[in-house]
Amino acid sequence: MSDQIAFSEEQAMLLDTATEFCRKHSPIETVRARLGADQIDAATWQEITELGWLGINVAEEFGGLGLGLSCVVPVAESMGRYLMGSPYSGAIIASECLATSGSRTQKEEWLPKIVSGAIGSMALTEPNGSWLLDEIGAQAVERADRLELSGTKCFVTDADTSDFCIVSVNVEAQARLVLVKREQIPAGNLHREVVIDETRRSYQLDLDGITVPLDQLLKGSDFQAIEFASLLLLSAEIAGGLVGSIHTIVEYLNTRKAFDKVIGSYQALKHPTVKILLDLEAMRSHLYHAATRLAEGNTDEAEVALRMAKAHGSAAFAFAGDRAVQFHGGFGFTYDCDAQLYLRRALWCQYQFGDEAYHRHLLEPMLLDQTG
Amino acid sequence: MTNTTDIELNEFREGVSAWFNENKPSDPGFLLPETFMEVGTDLQFEFLRDWQRKVYEAGYLGMAWPEEYGGRGMPQVFQDIATQEMASQRLPFMPNTIGLNWAGPLILKMGTEEDKQKYIKNILSAEDIWCQGFSEPEAGSDLGNSQCRAVRDGDDYVINGSKIWTSLGTYAKYMILLARTSSSGANKYAGLSYFLAPMQVEGIDPKPIQKLTGEYGFCQTYFDDARIPADCLMGSEGDGWNIAMVTLTFERGATGGQAGGIATMELSINDVVELSRRAMRNGKPAIEDPHIRSQLVQLMTESRGNQLMSARARIPALATDWPAAVPLSGKLRGSELKRRMCQLAVSLQGANGARFVSEEAIDGGKWQRSYFNSFSGTIGGGTSEIQHNIVGERVLGLPKS
Repeated sequence: MSDQIAFSEEQAMLLDTATEFCRKHSPIETVRARLGADQIDAATWQEITELGWLGINVAEEFGGLGLGLSCVVPVAESMGRYLMGSPYSGAIIASECLATSGSRTQKEEWLPKIVSGAIGSMALTEPNGSWLLDEIGAQAVERADRLELSGTKCFVTDADTSDFCIVSVNVEAQARLVLVKREQIPAGNLHREVVIDETRRSYQLDLDGITVPLDQLLKGSDFQAIEFASLLLLSAEIAGGLVGSIHTIVEYLNTRKAFDKVIGSYQALKHPTVKILLDLEAMRSHLYHAATRLAEGNTDEAEVALRMAKAHGSAAFAFAGDRAVQFHGGFGFTYDCDAQLYLRRALWCQYQFGDEAYHRHLLEPMLLDQTG
Repeated sequence: MTNTTDIELNEFREGVSAWFNENKPSDPGFLLPETFMEVGTDLQFEFLRDWQRKVYEAGYLGMAWPEEYGGRGMPQVFQDIATQEMASQRLPFMPNTIGLNWAGPLILKMGTEEDKQKYIKNILSAEDIWCQGFSEPEAGSDLGNSQCRAVRDGDDYVINGSKIWTSLGTYAKYMILLARTSSSGANKYAGLSYFLAPMQVEGIDPKPIQKLTGEYGFCQTYFDDARIPADCLMGSEGDGWNIAMVTLTFERGATGGQAGGIATMELSINDVVELSRRAMRNGKPAIEDPHIRSQLVQLMTESRGNQLMSARARIPALATDWPAAVPLSGKLRGSELKRRMCQLAVSLQGANGARFVSEEAIDGGKWQRSYFNSFSGTIGGGTSEIQHNIVGERVLGLPKS
């Protein structure tokens, strides 16, 4: 039996570097200045590219570092901690999707580009808000050597600046994935969405009128790989977000006075803060356990660990954000208070790729109905 | 036996496993306690004492303790294997917990040759049951404030005062006793002394306390001019605090050297899942109820997270912001989880959740009793509320409440 949690030197180094990087590039003033931004932060993206972080999970033969997704976790966690808005997770999931579902040619064409800074994003969710990735309304029909797309996708992050989107569609009643390049999307087909987390640049993508060559249909359709990668990175972001929200709460509890006492001395505030800390410790343990199992290729155990991480984390982060607002009192009710930033981030993370009730429900047969 | 091979160990494990399989006690016909703190009837006590004696006589207890005092002088790994086997076969626990795990290792470490000859073998065989006299009604967590007095008078010490939460007090032959021999000195700790005190002495009266379960699991022990021989003093007068601290390192498992054997019947969430297959709600097994299923999964998630924390705490790079969070919250997490598991186990039983220890109750009412007993974990050793304060103050750096 291998270790429950393995943590390599590479992971430790990345955690160190990424924490420092995000602290420097995403102080709270920068986060606020970028709320609702029109553009991605190109300079930071350039640095992320140069650091090699876009190639962490990409195989060496395609120009990456070949370290696997588990080494992306420390980076995503650090970004979450400092509320960094970045196309990073989207790009990583896109490269993971190409690696698991792309043909040799598709990988050779796109993976090296991603490693050198091309932005990819995923277009999976539809207006009905379903989390079932392979139940799809969008269609792709073959016509004159091209695929004609129709339907609508939502929550496509950074779609306006992406070099390509990977879109889930039905092709002859099969759930498939198709790569759409930026120049194939008419400007009028992208609409900025108003979303709860203002650090996110989210778009609706209308597929009607878009056509792409047949060879842009991905060879495979590994939706499980997409879901696993998404759950892992979201959970990492949640763990980081919990750390950030605890620091924010503790700082206020240690300075604000009420009735001549520092409010952190009141147990009504102190005890729930401890609960948030212990939730973080548990959820972070699930997270790195999941990363360990994924790295081993133990898919069954990885799935349990990932769903546990996302379920525990979704509830914990939402609670942390909720309490952060409450504990700041009147100030917490204002836009100027940073607590709302964490609450908004928490709610985004909670409702992307399944909330706690959804994942618990999926865990039920895995944990309760297997005998032996 | 310095170089033990894996082959030897495997053979040994097979032998142990076979012995326990053949010799495990049959169902006593009454509900057994789950820890030594819960032993409430003579029947329960005798059953467990006999079982400990049998295990000792078979050679599976005190295996690493010195041969000259009743142990077997073997490497610790053999005892660990035997202990693991007792746990995995879910056998009854060794009731002389304080003797085996606290007083015994203490005597081996700090006692005189005479002490070792006199006490160790009978601790192992459960001939002499030991209890602990540390807490007092007015000094719970604040041990240094103990007020029970010991006054030297000729060849005796005369003891006055009382101790509380004395588990097995009525069965014990000896007590590890912390008492005040002086009120002067540099501080409150300086006047404390440590005794290996006999219990069957005039003036020592362990009075059973009835617990919320209705059972009697521990005592308040009254001392009324009780005379104990002066040679019961361990070390010198004034050494009490230091010896008590050494005892606590054994009690908390921070130091090795215990006799081995399991001390409690562990409860895991899998036991609750197993119960949910048998317990019925509205004519169907509870495990088919959507509400129960969701709660089970939630607790399984928490339980797994709790287990994984010790693995993660061993990786310093993953404990940078609050390195003490995991170690300082162990009791809080474990005891609260156990309480909530027991709560769920009761709540999934339909109308039968309202039963208590009786033949009609599911599993004889074990779950209801476990739920009530689980408060010993969330209250004893500093309540969960105090634990929240400790973590908030020492880990997060919040001001004192």
